[in-house]
Amino acid sequence: FGLCNLKNVGSHRFLQKLSEQKGIYWFSSSSYFASDKLKERQEELMKRGLPKRKPIPGVKHVLLVSSGKGGVGKSTTAVNLALALSKHKSVGILDADIFGPSIPTMMNISGNPELTPDNKMIPPTNFGVKCMSIGFLVDPDQAVVWRGPMVMGAITKLLMETDWKGVDILMVDTPPGTGDILLSLAQTVHVSGAIVVTTPQKVALADASKGIDMFKKVGVNVLGIVENMDGFVCANCGHITHIFGRDGARTLAEKSETKVLGGIALDPTVMVGADSGKPVVLTHPQSTPAIQYAQIAK
Amino acid sequence: DIDLCGPSIPRMLGVHGREVHQHDAGWLPVYTDNSQTLGVMSIGFLLGNQDDPVVWRGPKKTAMIRQFLSDVTWGELDVLVIDTPPGTSDEHIAVMEALKDVKVDGAVLVTTPQAVAVGDVRRELTFCKKTKLKVLGIIENMSGFVCPHCTECTNIFSAGGGKSLAEHAKVPFLGSVPIEPNLALAAETGQDFASSFATSEAAIRFKSIFENLLLDNNGTVAENSGDMDTT
Repeated sequence: FGLCNLKNVGSHRFLQKLSEQKGIYWFSSSSYFASDKLKERQEELMKRGLPKRKPIPGVKHVLLVSSGKGGVGKSTTAVNLALALSKHKSVGILDADIFGPSIPTMMNISGNPELTPDNKMIPPTNFGVKCMSIGFLVDPDQAVVWRGPMVMGAITKLLMETDWKGVDILMVDTPPGTGDILLSLAQTVHVSGAIVVTTPQKVALADASKGIDMFKKVGVNVLGIVENMDGFVCANCGHITHIFGRDGARTLAEKSETKVLGGIALDPTVMVGADSGKPVVLTHPQSTPAIQYAQIAK
Repeated sequence: DIDLCGPSIPRMLGVHGREVHQHDAGWLPVYTDNSQTLGVMSIGFLLGNQDDPVVWRGPKKTAMIRQFLSDVTWGELDVLVIDTPPGTSDEHIAVMEALKDVKVDGAVLVTTPQAVAVGDVRRELTFCKKTKLKVLGIIENMSGFVCPHCTECTNIFSAGGGKSLAEHAKVPFLGSVPIEPNLALAAETGQDFASSFATSEAAIRFKSIFENLLLDNNGTVAENSGDMDTT
């Protein structure tokens, strides 16, 4: 048994090699030269400080619908995909966009959720899909001016204190950006996968790329990219205009080693469906966007 | 550009990938050309790799925004335009706090015509009221699309929502701007849309909106140029 004060790289490496050959246990206070076992222990200790990923009671799979850039149609995509999926599975939607909760409008649901005997919120349901949103709890005119931690606290409550009961897939409509909310969600919840929504424009793709990068860094499986607001077909003459560019998602998918799940055409019926609370996949199931959503859901 | 997660301004102004230079008094804004009439500051210039996500929590975002206002040597400005991210969170609180001793002329709110977008902007209006920020007006963007082939106008994102909101909230309606593919393209390539497509309907509408903005304030924006000290 001996101790020595090693001052250089060479000595450390020499001792390490020696220990491999002669079965000597060696211990270094420098983590750079620590044995694998010591590094593992250090990582374990550091992980204790980080939030643990919890499962959500009543939910089998969690899918994050994110975008990076705002205004690309994330909520509309989340709603229509959820409805397309609900043909095959039991689906729920969590509206985690605390500042701009669109789900109540898009799903035509309003009113304060009731409570179960054990104080869990009963998610209002429409079209067979259970929903929870802060939109049910605040007035349409109220501004939620909260900092990050409060926002995450609210989202956690909406997630964990809702009586989801028997939901196969919970779609989470996330706030825009690659901010700390998305990070917190990825760190605290078991996420089965993430879908990234973008338009074909470079500015949207740049933000989607950041989102994909972030997901990869925290170990969330990116299922793929949805390219929204694809070409616009004039109802009058049939002329196609790629208002927001084209094929951007394909380039991004190649660069980030993900895939394009599909594209959604730019069609006013999608917007009408969203605003009226009658999603296009239900009102016009044979329309191009509805078929595209169904394809992605498959 | 205080949209720290999605800094689009550098690309839109054709200064994507440029570096920020420091001198004794602080950081220099990145100028779009030699005339130095338009200076830009964005986190986009500070990222080592443009694709790196900025996943910061509140305190760091707040500190960055404060630095943008206090450490950048903007010089004598007539107008400082602050582009905010969507929502009413850390960035918005941070900028209002950092500007609390500065006379802020007001906020311009942009919406698309649809109900879901207008619904979000209603909350922004409340934020402005709560923070005593004057609302200079609402702009309705992406208001109708005229097919280049047959000139039929389709209201892809509905129409009139912004105008209705302005009436309901009793704030000025500054005007509406149609969807213009050339504008989207100009944003992609950093082109000056107003110059390159001056005769397009979108450019004409923008011009009229900005003229109204300056006039409605009785030239206050220009008048206050001396007072607007952001250091």
